[in-house]
Amino acid sequence: MKDKRPVLSKKLDNFFRGLADAFAFVKRFFQEVWFPPYEFKEILRQCYEIGYRSLPLISLTGFIIGIVFTNQSRPSLAEFGATSWLPALISIAVVRALGPLVTALIAAGKVGSSIGAELGSMKVTEQIDAMEVSAINPFKYLVITRTLATTFMIPVLVMYTDFVALMGSFINVNQNELVSLSTFFVQVFESISFLDIFSSVIKSLVFGFTIGIVGCYKGYNSTKGTEGVGQAANSSVVMSMFLIFIEELLALQIVNAIRYA
Amino acid sequence: MRESVIEIRNLYKSFGDNDVLRGVDLDLYKGENLVVLGKSGSGKSVLIKILVQLLKQDEGYIKILGKDLSKLNLRELNQLRLKIGFAFQASALYDSMTVRENLEFPLTRNVKNLSRKEIDYKVERLLDSVGLPNTINQMPSELSGGQKKRIGVARTLILNPEIMFYDEPTAGLDPITCIDINNLINQVREEYKTSSIVITHDLTCAKVTGDRMAVLVKGQFKAVGSFEDVFENASDPNIKSFYDYNFIK
Repeated sequence: MKDKRPVLSKKLDNFFRGLADAFAFVKRFFQEVWFPPYEFKEILRQCYEIGYRSLPLISLTGFIIGIVFTNQSRPSLAEFGATSWLPALISIAVVRALGPLVTALIAAGKVGSSIGAELGSMKVTEQIDAMEVSAINPFKYLVITRTLATTFMIPVLVMYTDFVALMGSFINVNQNELVSLSTFFVQVFESISFLDIFSSVIKSLVFGFTIGIVGCYKGYNSTKGTEGVGQAANSSVVMSMFLIFIEELLALQIVNAIRYA
Repeated sequence: MRESVIEIRNLYKSFGDNDVLRGVDLDLYKGENLVVLGKSGSGKSVLIKILVQLLKQDEGYIKILGKDLSKLNLRELNQLRLKIGFAFQASALYDSMTVRENLEFPLTRNVKNLSRKEIDYKVERLLDSVGLPNTINQMPSELSGGQKKRIGVARTLILNPEIMFYDEPTAGLDPITCIDINNLINQVREEYKTSSIVITHDLTCAKVTGDRMAVLVKGQFKAVGSFEDVFENASDPNIKSFYDYNFIK
């Protein structure tokens, strides 16, 4: 018979077991993603669900961020007679930090919770088991497709959010400082560098991967029936947001080290 | 001597401190319907989940269609799984797919080079044989419990399995639909020449569909034999109370 005594304590054993499971899940993703079948149709369907269906929320949020941030920054710059720097300030803030972070947080809430709940529901209703006993790899069909879709779509959504936020900012600047669209964007592009855009895209890829893999992990390992589905959706959002902030902090250190090297 | 398609010896499984299976021995013979009976939580579903390796046993030897499960790699296990049909308790239909897509899904992923015409023929023939040809474009959410069970069985039959596992096939259904499902289980054996394990706590289902009964009590089989052998002269109080409750004595 199996020895059931805990190695450290029951709680610590469960914590380390959970950590090992999570690493094994990520490892399995990287082991299986390269090999067929590639499930292109399902990846495209997920890209549509994650990307296209998030557009209204992302558009509204991006636009409001652009307007609000411009409005809030104006008084500080006006004290130094520097309101002409608004486009530069906003573009740096949006492209370097606000765009990726806000998009990722919104996606974690909308997409991460939906992936967690969908897979959690499939798990408790034995749909995942049904795939497995039909000799279909559910990890490939469910996890890899969704994680790839979030990884590809979040950078696209981030670029779109950047653009919409800058348009919101432009409307505000245009109304108050009478700056034309071309002048605004000339200043925007003069103030951001290749490193800003490149780091933003790489960061967004990492955020997208995090949202997808966390949602899938929580849903795929959901237990306790319908209560577990709710828990999977909730913990997907909490864990994704927590990891996104940590990743943002790490990315900032790395990009600054490159910028000032 | 009868040919065993499944041999189980000394099988143990526990979840934490809960010992669910404690040294289970069982054979399923070719062409028979074996009914596994037991109270809720007695480990009936765990047993068949171990047989398709959805759960791993702690100890024990399992041989299915001549293959020792412990010696199979994932590829070989999947080859074996194609010969086993598993009808889940809650049907487990993919709720984002129509009935047609549910049936096509295992077929198109496991059988290469099938034409659209061949796929349609197989799907329509199976829906006919389970008596639900008009549900082909419906979503699972639009089906009744009994219809879902039938579609679930049809989905497993699309790969022509040699062995069928039915997990609580009549649970949650009205008595008339239960009769339909029991008849379907017998019809599947006749048409597809399958050997089956039926997991249930419904003695009517057991009596109608089973050639042999195996009663699981506290993680071990307490009685194995025909319905009459097991129940009519039962001395074990667990088995006796099970019978009395089902037939309202």
